[in-house]
Amino acid sequence: MAVYKLKTPISEADIRKLKVNDVLYVTGTIVTARDQAHRRALEYFKEGKPLPLSLEGLAVFHCGPVMSKQGDKWIAVAAGPTTSTRMDIFEDEFIKNFKVRVVIGKGGMGKRTTDAMAKYGAVYGAFTGGAAILAAKAIKNVRTVEWYDLGMPEAMWVFEAEEFGPLTVAIDSHGNNLFTDVQKTVEENKQRIYQKLGLSP
Amino acid sequence: MDTAKIEEVAFNILKQAVIYLPDDVKQALKKAYAEETETGKIQLKAILDNIELAEKSQAPVCQDTGTIIFYVKAGDKAKNLGKVEEALIKATKKATAEVPLRPNAVNPFTGKNSGDNTGRNIPFVNWEITQGSDIEMTVMTKGGGSENVCMCGMLVPGEGIKGLKKFVVDTVIKAGAQPCPPTILGIAIGGGADISMKLAKKTLLKPLTEHNPDPEIAALEKEIYEAANMTGIGPMGLGGKTTVLGVHVDFAFRHPASFPAAVAFNCWASRRASALIKANDTVEYLTRKLKW
Repeated sequence: MAVYKLKTPISEADIRKLKVNDVLYVTGTIVTARDQAHRRALEYFKEGKPLPLSLEGLAVFHCGPVMSKQGDKWIAVAAGPTTSTRMDIFEDEFIKNFKVRVVIGKGGMGKRTTDAMAKYGAVYGAFTGGAAILAAKAIKNVRTVEWYDLGMPEAMWVFEAEEFGPLTVAIDSHGNNLFTDVQKTVEENKQRIYQKLGLSP
Repeated sequence: MDTAKIEEVAFNILKQAVIYLPDDVKQALKKAYAEETETGKIQLKAILDNIELAEKSQAPVCQDTGTIIFYVKAGDKAKNLGKVEEALIKATKKATAEVPLRPNAVNPFTGKNSGDNTGRNIPFVNWEITQGSDIEMTVMTKGGGSENVCMCGMLVPGEGIKGLKKFVVDTVIKAGAQPCPPTILGIAIGGGADISMKLAKKTLLKPLTEHNPDPEIAALEKEIYEAANMTGIGPMGLGGKTTVLGVHVDFAFRHPASFPAAVAFNCWASRRASALIKANDTVEYLTRKLKW
């Protein structure tokens, strides 16, 4: 288990160094995107329309934050991760088209995303679900918000962060997926549990 | 009972619930941290640090401030009961703007977010009429991640409690990392599909230190607790010893042909707060003293 501190824009070479179970802290630009922002970004790409900002080398964060406007300045009040599996249907195309290097969320992602991360060079960093204030504390500046018409949780928030983490590298760019490994162990344990409870499989 | 008082108290318990986790939950998380593996410890440390930071900065412990659900135990002689729901809606709007809470009420047809956590049937109010003139109000702010894996099954009556155990174990395994483990499980059987889920969810309001008074049901709670923690799902599904912090079981009598079973999950950020409003408008805060 190694600890890495990377700054955006992150290069493919740097991301390829990371292995599952490593701990990562990201400094630089982190952009939130949930279901709606993923969908719209891919629609824009299909139509040949540019995104509000280039995501190359940045971190995309599955997060619907609580934001507060103080004067004309947005403040991130609480900004923990949301369940990433909902974005599984978009993420392979998202990584391929926009070249994001880090996907931050909770709960892990599936094979399509794992394959895309291996192919194009990206990792999945698991941030502790619900640790919203810890996350907000690392967000030093809210640069802008795009697509606010999608609502506060679904909008694309552009954060400047300092040592955002700890992120457990749960999918690396070499085809390893920590969540899939845990699932295998859990399946094995299931049989032991059935036995203990006197259940037939 | 003054409706302005009801609104004020509802606002206060809502604010308390989203900022401060109940002591029983904090204690259970601290105990889990002490016993966890290296990977589990990283997650639980982040959780414990986050709880402390939330209290210090008076901010919601999780950005998903949930769907807002009230449980109102109203004395049959309490005044203004017909105006309670209106007061709860006002309190919800005020808390959304002032705490602040994340606007989490979306019209399922248009996809439009109301922006203030209210809408048709939301906040949802569960009523219970008791004798007397007091009103006891409890709020639960229920996160979406843990709600998405709640499950109701119409089991085979012939399989009995064994069928229930299998259903719960399978449901916990299927949920995996999604409900933000370590979770709390609320389980209920009988009644009907709706009744079992209502009871299951309501048990999530019980402190973790409280077990079912029926020793046989308490033993079942313990058995399911141990089984769930044998899965190895662990904190945040990254592997480890603590998958659940506690299990509550409740029941209703069932139809001879039916065996409804419901499993409701609450994430580690198990948010609830209660207050008692007496007829003379004095208030007792039951989960935590009122102090900002």
